[in-house]
Amino acid sequence: MKKVAMFIPCFVDQLTPEVGLDMARVLHRIGFQTEFPSAQTCCGQPAFNSGYWPDARPLAEHFVRVFHGAEAVVCPSGSCATMVRNFYPELLAGTPLFDEAVNLGRRVFEFSEFLVNVAKVSDVGASFPHRVAYHDACHALRELHLKREPRELLRHVRGIEFVEMPYSEDCCGFGGTFATKFSMISSAMGDTKAGNAEASGAEYLTSTDPSCLLHIDGILRRRKSAVRTIHLAGILAQTADSAGRASGESR
Amino acid sequence: MSSAAKEFLRNAAIKSADLAHRQTLRRNIDHYDAAIERARPRFLDWQAGRQRCHEIKWEAINHLDRYLLEFEERVRARGGHVFWAETAEDARRYITDLAARNGVRTIVKSKSMVGEEVHLTAALEEKGFRVLDTDLGEFIVQLRHEPPYHIVTPAMHLTRAQIAALFKEKLGGDGGDDPQKLVAVARRVLRKDFFSAEMGITGVNFLVADSGMVAITTNEGNDRLGTALPRIHVAITGIEKIVPRLADLALFWPMLANSGTGQSVTCYNSLIGGPRAPGELDGPEEFHVVLLDNGRSELLADAEQRDVLHCIRCGACLNVCPVFRTIGGHTYGATYSGPIGSVLMPHLLDGKKFDHLPFASSLCGACTDACPVKIDLHHHLLHERRNIVGAGEQPWSERMAFKLWRWMMMSAGRFEFLGWAGRAALRLAYGLGLEGSPLDPLRPWTKVHRAPRIPKRSFRALWKEQHGAD
Repeated sequence: MKKVAMFIPCFVDQLTPEVGLDMARVLHRIGFQTEFPSAQTCCGQPAFNSGYWPDARPLAEHFVRVFHGAEAVVCPSGSCATMVRNFYPELLAGTPLFDEAVNLGRRVFEFSEFLVNVAKVSDVGASFPHRVAYHDACHALRELHLKREPRELLRHVRGIEFVEMPYSEDCCGFGGTFATKFSMISSAMGDTKAGNAEASGAEYLTSTDPSCLLHIDGILRRRKSAVRTIHLAGILAQTADSAGRASGESR
Repeated sequence: MSSAAKEFLRNAAIKSADLAHRQTLRRNIDHYDAAIERARPRFLDWQAGRQRCHEIKWEAINHLDRYLLEFEERVRARGGHVFWAETAEDARRYITDLAARNGVRTIVKSKSMVGEEVHLTAALEEKGFRVLDTDLGEFIVQLRHEPPYHIVTPAMHLTRAQIAALFKEKLGGDGGDDPQKLVAVARRVLRKDFFSAEMGITGVNFLVADSGMVAITTNEGNDRLGTALPRIHVAITGIEKIVPRLADLALFWPMLANSGTGQSVTCYNSLIGGPRAPGELDGPEEFHVVLLDNGRSELLADAEQRDVLHCIRCGACLNVCPVFRTIGGHTYGATYSGPIGSVLMPHLLDGKKFDHLPFASSLCGACTDACPVKIDLHHHLLHERRNIVGAGEQPWSERMAFKLWRWMMMSAGRFEFLGWAGRAALRLAYGLGLEGSPLDPLRPWTKVHRAPRIPKRSFRALWKEQHGAD
């Protein structure tokens, strides 16, 4: 299998396009051809998580149709991959697309999961001479059970100094609409996360999930923190030659 | 929005900003976490153990009718009484009437969350009975006129120094915060009431069907004094606490202790099956078990969320919950707080006012991983959100917003155009320095975050530029 379809989450498309471009760069480098089915929009998770299942369902059906023919689908977000793999079967239970959704779920992979477990590549030839801490995004960790994969990729990056941050498995507090409905709780959780990132002494905080990073980054910058955020794909996209001009940094 | 929801938001805002509170909780929970980690290797295979617990509770809950009747029959055969309380009011009335009939003046109570659920102490005090909480944590919060902060550790929010100051003020302690000395103060106060009380009320950790016994677990032995000395023992609990066999406790006792406090086994585990039998030296003359429904059988009818009734009230899901650790137990305004509270409270009678709780979660799933009986907690939050939205009670504006959002997302063209327009508007607003102002289109977000950098072009535009349309 040498061709993969990219599932670019809606907010990555609009707010952090560099994450998608970085993922494509890494996939190319290790020999994959990437395609972007441009009819894709959103997997439906915001509505699903907020309880609006009848509004989420047509989007799930749309997604299943768009990626129908793809052999493998790679996504730079554990949360959106979880939506398809773990929640579509529940959302589409009893509908004509159920079987196809279950099947597609088995072919949708989070980016680090795809690299390590499917492509069997741990060293993507990246170079990132910085001190980096990793935040375990909840869906990647607890729904997809990805703990080892992103760390294995980071350990193979040249020049990197990988540090474990305290309480790396604690939720950052984003939680989709939770972050606006209960912003005081969400931001307090984010503050705790930001404090732990600072305590790790890292220059960069990375993760599999751009939504966590968007939230943590907004809080780190409000704190005028020295810690910056970067998506895992942003680190893996950088090579010794490209140093300094890769795109994935938060600012 | 219900008044309970408004109060939740208000208190959540206060506690979220209270750093000292957050640090106290962190310290106290870290202490338990370390103990859990030390004790867990005592299980040959903890994951297999929790799977077994899940299966046993599944069997018990799915045959609740049979096991409860078996329990009742055996208690009655030994001369005990079993009262089926359909509502909280039924439970309160039974117990207050019982106390009145027997000329009770003083009641010693060991820990019972079901007692809290039915507001038993208030009901008894209203009728003129003196009620003393004998669990140390409960004793402390009772002195502060507070409800328990946590279902297992009622005074988790307090530091030793705060407790010492409380004892000094209320009980004439010397203000020293040595734990042994503090316990001695409480013991001195409580001991004389154990001897004078006519009624002892306890909770129940497990109802054992095949032996017709209630299993009570404490760390202070207060349940033993409270059941051995007074003339009447009332055990109050929910119908879901059943396990089929006495032998099941061999797994459930260590599982409960480990998950709750990190102990291998809790200090005192008692099994009580009836009143004092002829020839026995101690024990109460009357033994009553109050089995509370209060909405549980409705939950039993819900095949999707039925496993919420598996709960053994260990408190593990509270301790790992980042929302609980941020807002604390009292903010929930509910008998059961944390993840289990958020899934259970809306199902109890009069639970509608807690419909905001399933939404107050980031859905991180730490609770589900910690649960020793494998309740699918964070997915039930999703199920409950769907049920609440399905009942059509969310604000019109929110329902419309999701309809619009769906309309936009059903077409890549609409999404691309509206995304472009939205980003252009944001770039303009931020160019004008409106970030964080009331005119900021991302206002709910930028109240607590710096705004994200808004890119000029979307991924799909950049991709098209680099690779052409596909």
